[in-house]
Amino acid sequence: MKLILISLLVLGLTGLAAALLLYLIAQKFRVEEDPRIDQVQEVLPGANCGGCGFAGCRALAEACVKADTLDGLLCPVGGAPTMEKVGAILGLAAVAADPKVAVVRCNGTCEARPRTSEYNGVRSCRIQHNLYVGETACPFGCLGCGDCVAACQFGALSMDPQTGLPVVDEEKCTACGKCVKACPRNIIELRKKGPKGRRMVVLCVNKDKGAIARKACLSACIGCGKCQKECNFEAITVDSNLAYIDPEKCRLCRKCEAACPTGAIHSVNFPARKPAEPAAEAKPAQEAKPAQDVKPADTAQTQEAQA
Amino acid sequence: MKQLIVSPAPHAHSGDSVRKNMLLVILALLPAYVVSVVEFGWGALITALISVAACMLFEWLITRFMLKEPSHLDDLSAILTGLLLAFNLPSNLPWWIVVIGALAAMTLGKMSFGGLGQNLFNPALVGRVFLLISFPVQMTTWPRPLGFATGYIDAETGATPLYYLKQMIKDGDSSLISNLPSLTDAFLGAMGGSLGEVCALALIIGGIFLICTRVITWHIPVSIILTAALFAVVTGLVGALPEGMSTCQYVLYTLLTGGMMLGAFFMATDYVTSPMTGWGKIIFGIGIGLIVMVIRTWGAYPEGMSFAILIMNACVPLLNRIRPRRFGEKKK
Amino acid sequence: MNTFKIGGVHPHDNKQYSAHQPITECPLPKKAIIPLVQHIGAPAQAVVEKGQQVKVGELLAKAGGFVSANIHSPYSGTITKIDTTIDAWGMKMPAIFMDVEGDEWLPEIDRTPDVIRECRLEPKEIIDKVAAAGIVGLGGACFPTQVKLLPPPGKKAEVLIVNGVECEPYLTCDHQLMLEHGEELMIGIQILMRALSIDRAIIGIEKNKPDAIARMRELALKTIGVEVKPLKLKYPQGGEKQLIDACIGRQVPSGALPIEVGAVVDNVATIYAVYEAVQKNKPLISRVMTVTGASVARPGNYSVRFGTPLSEVIDLAGGIPEDTGKIIGGGPMMGRAMNNIDMPTNKRVSGLLFLPESESRRVEPENCIRCAKCVTACPMGLEPYLLSKQAQLQMWDEMEQHDVMDCIDCGCCLFTCPSHRPLLDYIRMGKAQVGGIIRARQAAKK
Repeated sequence: MKLILISLLVLGLTGLAAALLLYLIAQKFRVEEDPRIDQVQEVLPGANCGGCGFAGCRALAEACVKADTLDGLLCPVGGAPTMEKVGAILGLAAVAADPKVAVVRCNGTCEARPRTSEYNGVRSCRIQHNLYVGETACPFGCLGCGDCVAACQFGALSMDPQTGLPVVDEEKCTACGKCVKACPRNIIELRKKGPKGRRMVVLCVNKDKGAIARKACLSACIGCGKCQKECNFEAITVDSNLAYIDPEKCRLCRKCEAACPTGAIHSVNFPARKPAEPAAEAKPAQEAKPAQDVKPADTAQTQEAQA
Repeated sequence: MKQLIVSPAPHAHSGDSVRKNMLLVILALLPAYVVSVVEFGWGALITALISVAACMLFEWLITRFMLKEPSHLDDLSAILTGLLLAFNLPSNLPWWIVVIGALAAMTLGKMSFGGLGQNLFNPALVGRVFLLISFPVQMTTWPRPLGFATGYIDAETGATPLYYLKQMIKDGDSSLISNLPSLTDAFLGAMGGSLGEVCALALIIGGIFLICTRVITWHIPVSIILTAALFAVVTGLVGALPEGMSTCQYVLYTLLTGGMMLGAFFMATDYVTSPMTGWGKIIFGIGIGLIVMVIRTWGAYPEGMSFAILIMNACVPLLNRIRPRRFGEKKK
Repeated sequence: MNTFKIGGVHPHDNKQYSAHQPITECPLPKKAIIPLVQHIGAPAQAVVEKGQQVKVGELLAKAGGFVSANIHSPYSGTITKIDTTIDAWGMKMPAIFMDVEGDEWLPEIDRTPDVIRECRLEPKEIIDKVAAAGIVGLGGACFPTQVKLLPPPGKKAEVLIVNGVECEPYLTCDHQLMLEHGEELMIGIQILMRALSIDRAIIGIEKNKPDAIARMRELALKTIGVEVKPLKLKYPQGGEKQLIDACIGRQVPSGALPIEVGAVVDNVATIYAVYEAVQKNKPLISRVMTVTGASVARPGNYSVRFGTPLSEVIDLAGGIPEDTGKIIGGGPMMGRAMNNIDMPTNKRVSGLLFLPESESRRVEPENCIRCAKCVTACPMGLEPYLLSKQAQLQMWDEMEQHDVMDCIDCGCCLFTCPSHRPLLDYIRMGKAQVGGIIRARQAAKK
């Protein structure tokens, strides 16, 4: 009993002494800082993802405190609510920005894009991209090694084993842009989420001539320009055999989708139009569900990519 | 045309593998093991078997139930760790102590760092030192080499030559010289000591085999042995030796007794815990040679090979900052 | 016997399949595709038009910059279009398409087999002829040869080193060239010595080619200033820096060119092309390539004109073997695996190697056991284990500090790794990244 008491006492006193010492040193060497930086950092998500363009949340907080206006300063993870809180602390008006989401602009599924060779190197898109065209004949399309999945800090990306393509979980995606940088083929784009998450997008980045692109992939954009003619709002441009929908101009009329001969244009998060053709139309709306179903396999793949 | 396989260059491989290297080290250990079985009998057989089996079991359990990974037993590294651990134990050690040693080696020494290739310290030596500190009496009660018929637990025990060497220098008592085995006996392994360390001849044969098959390089063994020998020569020259013991004899006893040969050829050259570059390896060897002699001469323990290697293991990350000479770099 | 000082490995040389097979002419194709990028540097600019008739040896495209090379027509016929084609790695490249009609040569090209020894041209004239003929280093890098012959101001060439090493396993085209065209090679060497105004040349040959050493020695006896140096068998002896080290014992400093130590290195195939260009007015329109592999029906050394589809060369060698898993353009150490065989032959392809499926796949990598075999094997004295880890962790600055830019892509690290780790894959990726960072920094400075 006495032994226990002595050891408790000794340990306790040592701890107290150390704590006191630490406290004194912390007081002595304290750096004077604008207390608002801490307050701002408090409301930031703390993921340190760098999506804002700064080295981390603290750096963004410092930038916010220094700035005269919050224009151009945005935490993509927290979005508008977070910036409002930051604005409230600093007494500045938060600038509203449209929420964005990562979009994988390739729909070269295993059926649409036949495999022409077997890649036997490291499971890394970047290495495969530097080596050759990839396992399919499309030199622009997704390589399927999951560099983007490995880069995502929020678990918003996963590989769909059915299609061999990455799937974005829109709930989790914070549009930090890590995956955009990770993809060696610039397939992923940060696009406006759109009202109710509804948007139109060309799921292809192939700039080859129509015939070549089509030969490599059935769902490639062949640059035919039909969508451009169909569009009443000049939202669609066709540049080097590739159509692009400007999210600012698009009014979500969905005419282009019907006009596209290869099905490269997709409407996302719209309610099913006709019950007659549910397979093609309803798929994007249900995207979240299959993504959850395939979780275990995905995590395995992610680990593989990280290893 | 069928699908071609595409991968980055090179498309050829030497055919070397982790398994092959481990197998060659195990093969190189066999002569020394045969000698210990001949010298220490059943104890040597049982201790080694228990140690190997326990190491394999613990690695399997950890990979299977804690890491939930496929088992890596087929790379033979667990067997090698088990064998090396046994080589560093007295052959009459109770079986449950051997199992505890194996547990410490695999958990503290290897798997807690992330498995093969990640560990900072030599797992077998972590196991041995763990036992040495936990069970000092059992770990320093060495059986006498009485031939194959020797039993396991009931072996006759005695001190090792190193103990006498140390006392001799400490007290300047030349009467202890008679307790030492003859140099021939020391060379062939007829003396007390840990299971695998006694026969210098067999260990040297194994070491040369490893150097010839390019499993290890000459740097570490040569630098350890030369440093230790030099230290012994200096000890002799300053007149620390009692009468009746020449410098030459002392140098040979230094090299042939204790764990010197086992340590220099097999323990210190462990891939994972030794430096990567030639100069790094040489400094590593010199460090081990110095520390082991310091411990042998002034330390509390009669033998210091395990401690010397573990201490230098800790310096390896630092030694790895030494770069190999780049192509085209001017010689200094 | 001499060799380079640091690192190196000993792969099985596997030259038995195609060694001593006489050089065979490949028949002309009906349609040819001539790529405009057959060298390092800027693509050549086409100077012909659709529908134009050309003869063998006529200029098709002229060099697109200082580091670039002319491309001549290997065939007579009609240009059908100038478009893009797919290379052996599935990427697009610009090319001239031709219908081959007959085999009509430009009159100034000497097609007789006579050996012309006399050369009274001035260095400047020789270099101009080499440049006009579109000659590039045929050892693999395809660096335009005339650039090497013009040392930068303040630098002086002292010795010409002739690369007859052929350290890549399987390949035998240079070996056969030395056996069959030794005399022409000697004249080519003398021409280059004249162009560089030097009086010393060393031919480096690995000792697994004793007949080539004997043949070249016999010829060297009659030639002033030329010496044959047998070299120990070790890969990558054919690497430029390693060969200089092996032949004259000087090490080219990091980031410098061979001229820094007074050496100019040229491959035997390049020298043969120089002979043909200077003495016979024949531009570089063909090369000898090895088609080989354990199960190839007729492995051998084939002389092919550029633009012949690879598939026709393969047919000549007996078609693609049944068990093929991988087709490699070049040797197994540095060659690139192809994903199709529709590509035309060009200056870059020194060989076609068919590996059976059983040898085509990599072994699953294990943990690094820090055995330091990659450090021992690296001929540049780098630390591959460290660089590959840094590349995985995207530590580009640290990679630069550890001299990743010195890596010569030889593959010794991956070849020797007992854990089968893809060291070079990561290092190569890191090198590309670091190279980009360095270029960006230099651009920013300017």
